[in-house]
Amino acid sequence: MTTLAPPVVRGQEPTRSSGGRSGSVVWMALPAFVMFVFFGIVPLLGVIVLSFATWNGITPTIELTGLTSWRAALSNPSLPNAIWVTFLIMALSWLVQTPISILLGVFMATRTRYRGFLSVLYFIPLLLSSAAIAITYKSLLDPSFGIGAGLGVEALNQNWLGEANLAIGTLIFVVSWQFIPFHSLIYQGAVRQIPHSMYEAAQIDGAGRVRQFFGITLPQLKYTIITSSTLMVVGSLTFFDLIWVLTAGGPGDATRALAVQMYQQGFQASLMGPASAIAVILVLTGLGLSLLLRRLGGRADESQLEGA
Amino acid sequence: MATVTPTPVGTRATRPPASHAPRKSSRRRLRENNWVGGGFGWIWLLVVMLPLYWLVITSFKTQANYFFTNPLKPPTEFTFENYQLVIESDFVRYFTNSVIVTAGAILPATLISFMAAYAIVRGAGNRFLRTVNGIFLMGLAIPLQAVVIPVYLIIIKMELYDTLQAIILPSIAFAIPLSVLVLSNFIRDVPKELFESMRMDGATEWGTMWRLAFPLTRPALVTVMIYNAVGIWNGFLLPLILTQSPEQATIPLALATFQTQFGVNVPAVAASVTLTTVPIVLLYAIGRRQLVSGLTAGFGK
Repeated sequence: MTTLAPPVVRGQEPTRSSGGRSGSVVWMALPAFVMFVFFGIVPLLGVIVLSFATWNGITPTIELTGLTSWRAALSNPSLPNAIWVTFLIMALSWLVQTPISILLGVFMATRTRYRGFLSVLYFIPLLLSSAAIAITYKSLLDPSFGIGAGLGVEALNQNWLGEANLAIGTLIFVVSWQFIPFHSLIYQGAVRQIPHSMYEAAQIDGAGRVRQFFGITLPQLKYTIITSSTLMVVGSLTFFDLIWVLTAGGPGDATRALAVQMYQQGFQASLMGPASAIAVILVLTGLGLSLLLRRLGGRADESQLEGA
Repeated sequence: MATVTPTPVGTRATRPPASHAPRKSSRRRLRENNWVGGGFGWIWLLVVMLPLYWLVITSFKTQANYFFTNPLKPPTEFTFENYQLVIESDFVRYFTNSVIVTAGAILPATLISFMAAYAIVRGAGNRFLRTVNGIFLMGLAIPLQAVVIPVYLIIIKMELYDTLQAIILPSIAFAIPLSVLVLSNFIRDVPKELFESMRMDGATEWGTMWRLAFPLTRPALVTVMIYNAVGIWNGFLLPLILTQSPEQATIPLALATFQTQFGVNVPAVAASVTLTTVPIVLLYAIGRRQLVSGLTAGFGK
């Protein structure tokens, strides 16, 4: 990385655009660049190196030990479960969040005062930290002291976070509660951009609201669906705060997703090598998934993701 | 739908011209749809607000009262003892830490991101700047969670472990990619002629940046600052792995501690969560528009 900087700073090539003297602005990018290389790019390369090393995270000795850490990480009997849990969280949270976000986005897109008011309130979960949300639900759903016990309603009084299947379901619910507001905002913006004339034409043709939704709204949202799905799917790989505070991976290993497994291996079991290997798996999976989804969506979604 | 056209009641029967019928029916259809959409909207409102409502009312109940009353009913006697307990549990220190970390990260992050964005837009065509921009774009895809182990190592080597700077430095770095993206898109929209006339007046790039681009980019700067502030204020992972002593804990970390410390004292736990959430909700109440655009910064328009 360091080889990049020196030669080009001197190169004051005339710019193709407005004739700004590019040489005199190059240095302005340096603070951000150096900062990001140091704490972003170097760690990214570092995690790859560390996955081929052995380090306990405490003593300063880091030894390169080839494939030992990878072997340890991949042969760990809890890895298949962690992958399965990660996949389950990814798939289920996508399945729950996407339809609700689209419907809410469509609902919020209509500009009436009461919908505007509701949108203001929908937004609140986005302001809370994952830790705050996890603690709220943990207390709310506590089998002895939570709302179920207090209301005395049998159906509500389950050990929500204490049984494997219920815990996954609860986690998905909490994730959806936290992130649907964000995705519905993306959909709201996209729905507002659909030309009104399309609906008028459909109305003249006698299409009902439901047909308009499936015939116009959904197809027009195609790229937004891909953008939002990419964010959901890739984001779900890195759920840590929420799971850690809510269940710490439990009960047993029912909610121990890869990110949690990584933390436990590295910072609790002092196996930084295998933990780095899991981190590399996470990065590669995220990268692969976003490339795959981009391929699915054709080329146009790029501009959607990157247009501010 | 067919039911709309026949027999408008009473004397008006003859009045409406035939052409009114379709419009009326479509308006009717709209209203029906509003019922479905509206119902759904209100249900979701309930889902969103119920836990928050429970949280707030519980925080004002006494512990004894909490166990014997309906959890969804507001307390008959409001008590502030839970808040008092939270504040006595070093809350002010955690709050101060969070303020230091958030301000200490977003101010430099926004400043250097703005400079980089300016350079990227003004120096378009420069190969180095194009590389820099490419690296930032790639950086959007690097999840913090995946690189915490090397970040931890770097912080140890810098002998910053268990300090607030340890949280601040990586927070700055990870705020950069999206900030630069949003800011550079914004600066790109500034008319070229303005830059040109600044140049004619003999202004340096440095002067142009501060006197022209900076004021014109203010809305985007606010957006970016809010986006980063909320993210860093709520950050959990960096404080968790980069600090250790309670003196350096930020609010999210402190919340987790409170939860174990207060245990079954649910009202106290509720008070701690409420108290830590109030600053952001206040901010939301003041600058809602900016905040909304802030939290969706960079995604679709």
